[in-house]
Amino acid sequence: MSQDIFVIIEHLRGQVSEISYVMLAGARQLSKSTGGNVSAVLLGQNAQGLANNLAADKVLYLDHPALAEFTSNAYELALVGLIKENSPRVVLLGHSSIGMDVVGGLSINLGLPMVSSCRSFTADGKYISQICGGKIMVEGELPGPTALVTMVPGGYKAELGQSAQAPALTSIPAPALDNLRVSLSKYIEPDTSDVDITKEPILVAVGRGIQNKDNIELADELAKALSGAVCASRPVVDQGWMPTTRLVGKSGKQVKPKIYLALGISGAPEHMEGMGESDTIIAINTDPNAPIFNVAKYGAVVDLLDLTPILTEKIKQAKGG
Amino acid sequence: MTYEEFKSIILLLALLLATGIFLWRAYQLLWINLRRGQPSGPFMRWGERIKGVFVYVGAQLRLFRFTVPGTAHFFIFWGFLILFLTIFQAIVEGLAAFANPHFVLPLIGRFGPLALLQDIFALLVAIAIIYGLIVRLVVNPERYKGSHKNQGVMVLGFILTIMISLLVMNGARINLGEDPLHVWRPISTIIGRIFSGLHENLQVIIKEAAYWLHLGVVFLFLTELPNGKHFHIVTSIPAVLLRDLEPRGRLSTAPVFNGNPGVSQVEQYRWRQMLDFYTCSECGRCQEVCPAYNSGTPLSPKLLIMYLRDNLKERGHALTAGLSDGIMEKSLVGEVITDEILWSCTTCFACDQECPLFIEHVVPIVDMRRHLVIEGRMDKMLQDALANLGRYGNSFGQSDRMRSKWTMGLQPAVKDARREPVDYLWFVGDYASYNATLTDVTRKTAEVFQKAGLNFGILHDSERNAGNDVRRVGEEGLFEMLVEKNSQVLSKVKFRAILTTDPHSYNTLKNEYPENSTGRMTVLHYAELLDQMIASGQLKFTKKLGYKVTYHDPCYLGRYNGIYDAPRRVIEATGCKLVEMPRHGDRSLCCGAGGGRIWMEEKQVKERPSESRIREAVKLDGIQAFIVACPKDLTMYRDAVKTTGNEKGLAVRDLIELVYEAL
Amino acid sequence: MKIAVPVKFVPDLVEELNIDPSGTALDTAWLRLIINEFDDHAVEQAILLKEKEGGQVTVITIESEGADDFLFAAAAKGTDQLIKLTGDFSHANNHGLARVYADILKELQPDLILTGVQAHNDLDGSVGPLLAEQLGLPYVGYVAGVSVMGDKVIARKEYSGGLVAEIEIKLPAVLGIQASEQPPRYIAYSKIRQVMGTAKIEEKTVAALDLSGGTTVSRMFQPEVAQRATMLEGGTDEVADKLVSIFKELGTL
Repeated sequence: MSQDIFVIIEHLRGQVSEISYVMLAGARQLSKSTGGNVSAVLLGQNAQGLANNLAADKVLYLDHPALAEFTSNAYELALVGLIKENSPRVVLLGHSSIGMDVVGGLSINLGLPMVSSCRSFTADGKYISQICGGKIMVEGELPGPTALVTMVPGGYKAELGQSAQAPALTSIPAPALDNLRVSLSKYIEPDTSDVDITKEPILVAVGRGIQNKDNIELADELAKALSGAVCASRPVVDQGWMPTTRLVGKSGKQVKPKIYLALGISGAPEHMEGMGESDTIIAINTDPNAPIFNVAKYGAVVDLLDLTPILTEKIKQAKGG
Repeated sequence: MTYEEFKSIILLLALLLATGIFLWRAYQLLWINLRRGQPSGPFMRWGERIKGVFVYVGAQLRLFRFTVPGTAHFFIFWGFLILFLTIFQAIVEGLAAFANPHFVLPLIGRFGPLALLQDIFALLVAIAIIYGLIVRLVVNPERYKGSHKNQGVMVLGFILTIMISLLVMNGARINLGEDPLHVWRPISTIIGRIFSGLHENLQVIIKEAAYWLHLGVVFLFLTELPNGKHFHIVTSIPAVLLRDLEPRGRLSTAPVFNGNPGVSQVEQYRWRQMLDFYTCSECGRCQEVCPAYNSGTPLSPKLLIMYLRDNLKERGHALTAGLSDGIMEKSLVGEVITDEILWSCTTCFACDQECPLFIEHVVPIVDMRRHLVIEGRMDKMLQDALANLGRYGNSFGQSDRMRSKWTMGLQPAVKDARREPVDYLWFVGDYASYNATLTDVTRKTAEVFQKAGLNFGILHDSERNAGNDVRRVGEEGLFEMLVEKNSQVLSKVKFRAILTTDPHSYNTLKNEYPENSTGRMTVLHYAELLDQMIASGQLKFTKKLGYKVTYHDPCYLGRYNGIYDAPRRVIEATGCKLVEMPRHGDRSLCCGAGGGRIWMEEKQVKERPSESRIREAVKLDGIQAFIVACPKDLTMYRDAVKTTGNEKGLAVRDLIELVYEAL
Repeated sequence: MKIAVPVKFVPDLVEELNIDPSGTALDTAWLRLIINEFDDHAVEQAILLKEKEGGQVTVITIESEGADDFLFAAAAKGTDQLIKLTGDFSHANNHGLARVYADILKELQPDLILTGVQAHNDLDGSVGPLLAEQLGLPYVGYVAGVSVMGDKVIARKEYSGGLVAEIEIKLPAVLGIQASEQPPRYIAYSKIRQVMGTAKIEEKTVAALDLSGGTTVSRMFQPEVAQRATMLEGGTDEVADKLVSIFKELGTL
C-alpha cells in the first residue's frame, strides 16, 4: 500500500500518445498532495525506448510478445497483478480507446473504485471531471484504497509530462498471458492519399453551419487564398460532405495549427479535444452563445455564408492577386 | 354485286372490326384494370358535378389558361362533337346503301343550319390542327418534353385527314349535284371548286376515295384511341364528373395495406385515381408550372402520371396474360418512380390547379411517400427533423419549453390561453416561434394584435407542430400523434376562433383537424382577420405608407384555400401601391419550402424557385418591397434576395410589418 | 446467434441542466431523459447482424421515462425480446447497473452482447467493460463495425487520428459500440403503434443495487466561462476587414 501514482502509458505502433504526457503532468501535480512517487507503467515488447522522455520518477516495464500492440485482454491481465501487488494510491489511465477498454475490468476484478472523464486535480488532491458534453463539472475526493482514474485532455499541457532525462527503468516479469480471447488481426491504415491536416499551419474548419455540400466550395476557396487546408467537425463528415481524413476531434485528428478558423462550428467538447491547442482560434457562428467563443481568441456573430466569399476576395486583394 | 352493296358489306365489316378492337381494349383498360384497384366513392353532390362537366368540359374553362392552345382545343373539342354527327351520317348512309343507294339520314342529314355549322367547324378544326402541328413540329415547347410527340403528331394527322377528306367528299358531291344542302356548305363548295373542272367520272372516284379515306382513318383512329394519351377522349367526362369535391387542403385518409399506410403497387390505388392516370393527355401544363421541374429536379408531374399509367397498363397486361417478363417484379416506388422524384415535390398544388382535367398529382405522390417513410427511405436531415418533431414537437430540435421564449419582455404579457378564455387562440407555429431571425416579426405580430384590441392568447409550450407538412412528407402516424396532442390541448381551451400566422398550420387546422362538439373549428389566417377588421372599421391606420410593393400568394393560403383578395385589401389599406408579378394568384410560384422540402437536403439545382421568384419581382419597375404572409416564405425569400444579389434593391417583408408600420 | 443489448437513458442535453439544492446532483425536476446515443447505435448494429446472420435480439433496459417507447421502436426494427427491469434506480451508477444486467444476462446466455461504448453522464466508467468483467467475458470498445466468423467476431476498433484496428474476439464477448455500420434507421410511427399491439415487454424486478466501485461527489457545478473571445463587431464587410488585419498581424499575409 503506497501513496504512489501509477500512470499507464499508451502507445500505438511505436508512438506514445499525447494523453500519456498529459497524465504524467497531472500525476506530477497530484503527487504533491498524495506525497508519493509518479511511476509510469509501460507494457510492450522491446519498447523500453518509449520511456526515454517520460516525466516520471521511475518506469515499471513489462515485456511480453502479447503486449507488443494493445489488446484489452492481455493488457488487463498484465495490469491486474501489478496493481494488486503494489496497491498504489491512484492509477491514471487515458479516457481513450486504450484506457477505457481495461479500466472497467480492473475495477470489477480488483474491487477497486473508479472515476472517469477526469480533467484535472485540485491543489488538495480532489478530482475534477467533466460530464454531459462538458456542460457539468463534478468534483470529489479520490476514493480509496486505490482510485482508478481515466483522464481526458485539456487540464494539463503535454509538455509538462515530458522530460529531457530518461527516468530509471525497472523490468518487471510479465505474468503468463495465455488463453487470450482478444487478438489483433491487423491495422487498417488511415487514408494517406489526402492532405495531412495535422501538418497544415492554417486550417479552415467547417461545421454544421455550412448547411450543405455545395457551400464547402466557399471554404475551399478561402483555404486556397490563405494557403491552408479545409477540415471539418463530425456532423459534416457523417453527412459524407467531407472524408474522414479531414475530421478534427476526439474520434478524428488532433491538430495544432497556427490559425484555426472555425466556420459554423458550435464547439462541442469532442471537437474541442481535436483543436483546443491551436495557437489562434477564430470562430464565426450565428449563435452568440456557441461554446466555441469560450476557447476562441477572436469571434464574430455573422453568417459564414455571407462572410466567406467576401473574406476570400479581400485576402486575394491583400495578397495582391 | 353492285358497288353499293360491296361498299355496305365492307363498311359493316370495318365498323365491326374497329368497334370490336376499341371495345376490347377499353374493356381491358377500364374494366379489368380498374377492378383491380381499390374502392372509390361514395359520389355525392351530383348537381355540382354535372355543372362541372358543363363548365370544365363544355366550356373548356381551364384550357383557356393557356390562351391560344386553349382556343385551338376548344374548336377541336366542339368540332369533334359536331362532326361526330357527320361520321354517324356517313356510316348509316353507307350501310343503308345496301338497300337504298340514295338513302339520306332523316333530320341530321337534312338540316341546313347543321350542315353550315359542320362545314365551318371542319375548317376551324383544320386550322386548329395545323396550329397544333406547327407547335409540335416547329416550336416544340418545353412542356412537351417527355410526351409522346410522334403519337400526337400522328393523331393530329388523322384528324386533319378526316377533316380534309370530309370537305373533299362534300365538295365532290356538290360538284356532282348530289347535295341538296349545298348552299349550306360554303367551305366544301370552295374546296370542290378546286377540282370542279375535272371529268364527272373522276369526280365520282374522288368522292368515293374521299369517303373511304374519311371512314378508314376514322376507324383507324378508333382503334388507336385506347392506346395512348388520346384515351382522355373517353375518360375525360367521367374524370371531371367524379372529381374529388373535398376541400383541396384535406388529404384523403391513407390507404392501409398489411397494417401500413402507403402505396407500393399500382393496384393499391383507388380506381378513381387509376382513371386519372388514363386521363392524362400529356399536355405538359402541369410540368410548365411545377417549381420542382423548373428548378431542374427529376420530378415532372406529367411524367409521373404517365409512368403510373404505363405501369398500370403493363402490369394489367401481365396479370391477364399470365406472363411477366420481370414486369411484376419492377417496384413502383423505387424503379418506376424513383425516391428522388418523390422527395422533390413541394406539394404546392400548381399542377393540380393547372390540369384541365382535374388529375390529382399531389395525392399519388403523398401515397407513395407514405411507403418510403415505412421503409425508412429518406435522407438523414429529414430523418432528424421527423425525430425532433416526434420528440420535441418542432423540427428544430429545441426543447418544447423554449417555444414561447420569444414572448419574453413583451408588455403586456401574451395571455396563456390554457389558463383563461380568449376570443382568438393564436396558433403561432414552429418557424415563427423558434427561428431566431423571425421572432422579431412574431413580436410585431403580437403588438399589432394588442393595438387592435384583440383578446388573444397562445398555447405556450403546449403547442406542437400542427402537422401539415409532416402529413405531406408521408409520416401519417406522426401526423396523427401531433393532431391528437394538439386536439387534447385545444379541447381544454375556451376560444371562439383560431388565428394563425402560418398558412401551413392554417390549412391543416382548418381542413384536417377533427371536428369538435360544435362542428369544424373556425380558423382564420391573420390576413383574413385584419381584412375583416379594416372593413368593419375596428382597425384604423394612422399613416399612408406609399411604398410600391408586390405580393406573393403563399401556396397554402392561395391555391389551397382560395384566399387571394383579403391580403391585397390589407396592403392597399396601408396605403401601399400594389403591383402584380406575372405569376400571381393561383399561378403564384412556390418558394420551395413546402412538402417538407425545407427539412431535406438540397440537391444540385438549376435555379432555386425562390430565386426565380425574386428575379421575377425585381423586373417590376420601381418595386421596393416583396410582401409575404408566411414565415417560411420570409426566410426563403430573405435568403434568395441575398443569393441573387438584390439586397440593396428589394426588401422582403411580412404583411404584418406593413400593418405595424401603418398603425 | 443470440445477441443482447443492454441500454440506458441519459439526461437530454437539449434541455437546460440545473444542479439540485444539495449541490451534488442534477435537478431531476427539469431533467428529461433520452436514449444514450451509442446504445441506439448498438441496437441498430444488433439488428444488422440479425439481418445478416439470423438469430435473436434481446434489448434490456431499466424502468425510465421513454423506456417503453424505445423498446417498442426496437421491436418494430426487429428485436425479438424486450426486457424492462423495475426497481429503485434513482441513485444508480454504472457499477450497479452492470451488476443487475449481469444477473439477467447470466440467465439469457447470449453469444454476443452489444452496448454503447459510453454515455455522456458516465462518471464511474462505462457499463460495457464493467458488465463484461462481471460475466467473465472479453471486452473490446470503440467498435464501428462487426462481422461474425464462426465462434469469433471481427471488430473494427477505432483509435484517434483515423487509425483502425481489426480485432478478433472469441465468443461469447461484450463489444462497446461507437457507431453502427449504418446510422440507426427511421421507424415510422404507424409501425411503432402497430407493434404496440403485439409486442410484449417482460418486466423483472431487481433487488437493491450494489453501487460499490463508484465514487463520491462533493460538488457538481456548471463550468465558468474562462475568457471569452474578443468579439469583432459590425456587418459582414467590417468583420472581413478586421479579419484581414488580424491575418496580417499573425504574419499570414
